[in-house]
Amino acid sequence: MTLEANERSRLESAAKEIRKRTIDAIGYLGVGHIGGALSIVELLAVLYYKHMRVEPAEPRMADRDRLVLSKGHAGPALYSALALKGFFPMDWLHTLNAGGTNLPSHCDRNRTPGIDMTTGSLGQGLSAACGIALANRIDGRKSFTFAVIGDGESDEGQVWEAAMFARHSKLSRLIAFTDYNKMQIDGTTESVLDLGALEEKWAAFGWATARVDGHDVEAIDNAIGEAKLRAETAGGVPTMIILDTIKGKGAAFCEGLVTNHNMSFTYETAKKAIADLG
Amino acid sequence: MAEKEMRAVYAETLMELAARDRGIMVVEADLMRASGTMAFRDAYPDRAIDVGVAEANLVGVAAGLAAEGKVPFAATFGCFASRRAFDQFFVSCAYAKLPVKLVGTDPGISAAYNGGTHMPFEDIGIMRTVPGLDIVEPSDPASLKALVGALAASGKPGYLRLHRKAIEPIYGAEETFALGKGKLLREGGDVLIIALGAILVPAAMAAAKSLEAEGIDAAVIDALSAKPIDAELILAWARKTGAVVTAENHQLAAGFGSAVAEILAETGAARLARVGVEESFGEVGTQDYLAKRFGLTAEAIAQKAKTLLAKRIKP
Repeated sequence: MTLEANERSRLESAAKEIRKRTIDAIGYLGVGHIGGALSIVELLAVLYYKHMRVEPAEPRMADRDRLVLSKGHAGPALYSALALKGFFPMDWLHTLNAGGTNLPSHCDRNRTPGIDMTTGSLGQGLSAACGIALANRIDGRKSFTFAVIGDGESDEGQVWEAAMFARHSKLSRLIAFTDYNKMQIDGTTESVLDLGALEEKWAAFGWATARVDGHDVEAIDNAIGEAKLRAETAGGVPTMIILDTIKGKGAAFCEGLVTNHNMSFTYETAKKAIADLG
Repeated sequence: MAEKEMRAVYAETLMELAARDRGIMVVEADLMRASGTMAFRDAYPDRAIDVGVAEANLVGVAAGLAAEGKVPFAATFGCFASRRAFDQFFVSCAYAKLPVKLVGTDPGISAAYNGGTHMPFEDIGIMRTVPGLDIVEPSDPASLKALVGALAASGKPGYLRLHRKAIEPIYGAEETFALGKGKLLREGGDVLIIALGAILVPAAMAAAKSLEAEGIDAAVIDALSAKPIDAELILAWARKTGAVVTAENHQLAAGFGSAVAEILAETGAARLARVGVEESFGEVGTQDYLAKRFGLTAEAIAQKAKTLLAKRIKP
């Protein structure tokens, strides 16, 4: 399935806007998890501007789709998407990590409208997503549960406990993504703890898998569309979509830098990067 | 109630609650047979989840269920509930304000033949560090039933230290219980014994009886809650007696007695001696052997009380 040109352009514009707001929010503060926030921007655009059933005025609407951002340190990108969708005022973005803010570094379901699960201690979110998907099925809701994990996060054993559980429990309405930007804090994922054949690992755990360019909105859209269709038809199988991404994507000052996990940069640098995006 | 396996009471209580509340669920990590919840699974197959031998995922899945309004009782041996899945419980449940009820079974020496790897002498200490957490250790079937109900209704995370084996009743079915509230089992003017759990509360009563024979009048409180502790009840009787002995099936460091020590030190209400495990790991043996081995007996409590009273500085 190819996207209509105007639909593709709409999603790309949304991604660009999320990217700009994310650079701006972290730049305004002067420090933050810029790399892993920018690598999931296209995914957030496709989710929030096309696939997720959400209602900004009613963030806990029962039959909404859920998102667990298990790599909770990418919160600022998600906050930008949520603000743009109208979950809270845009000017909240400049309160990132200020004392008493509703927008902490790591996602907090009790502080931020639109955040479905508190995350930040890596490895825990996929388990929570399993519980959420299970509860929705028990209660007869057709909601999808989306979960985003990091590649470095995949070092955590709990991820693989959850992987076995999701397949065993036939959580077909659980659609997960790995932000495979191939970098973690201490270096490349290959050098720190090689993930090996990542897609094959998920397939071996019984998940349906796909591997796509994580900065191509059409490729992401297709993969999600197929996962949803599978949930309606085949059933019983959760989906893992591996997103080939670039850490720090779209901001020249940090793109691909191995040190961009959590870095300082000036607001001037941020403004320049935003201007470069056009 | 007659003597009854505590795990049977636990499961029956959850089934009674589940009949009224569709949100009640049990989540287990391949210890359903141990926790006694097979009967729950038979009655409510859709509401009993077994995640396999995976305690981190146990607690994480429970958090997700709670995020959707379920009231999950997630159970495993207390050693694993506290030591192995602590960060999952701390972040995904407590920090996230999700009402997961974590159940740690086989507290302390009741782990018996499972020995040192499985013998939680530290779970209260670990769990006491969680802000706002309710920690309960029922002493008999009636208190267990009531406190499981109270946890289910609290809307908060909780930790239940669950003795699985058969226990003689202390309370009648009409007795009422609340989170954070202890029970005065016996009045006394010379010394206050505060005990926690199904092994030490009966031991405290036996100690009080033997002290009585020696002319010492001991009050006894069944603490029931390790957090928050019932400071009002404890301080009232501590002030009457001026001497307090705590008794717990747990190590002394960071335990229930430590919690009592905090309020006694801050108020100067009474002198204190503690009965508990001193700087030791668990080991195998019968529960009776281990009670003697670690000094968790009526005799040890009575001896501590006498020593404390002998040292007492009269005003």
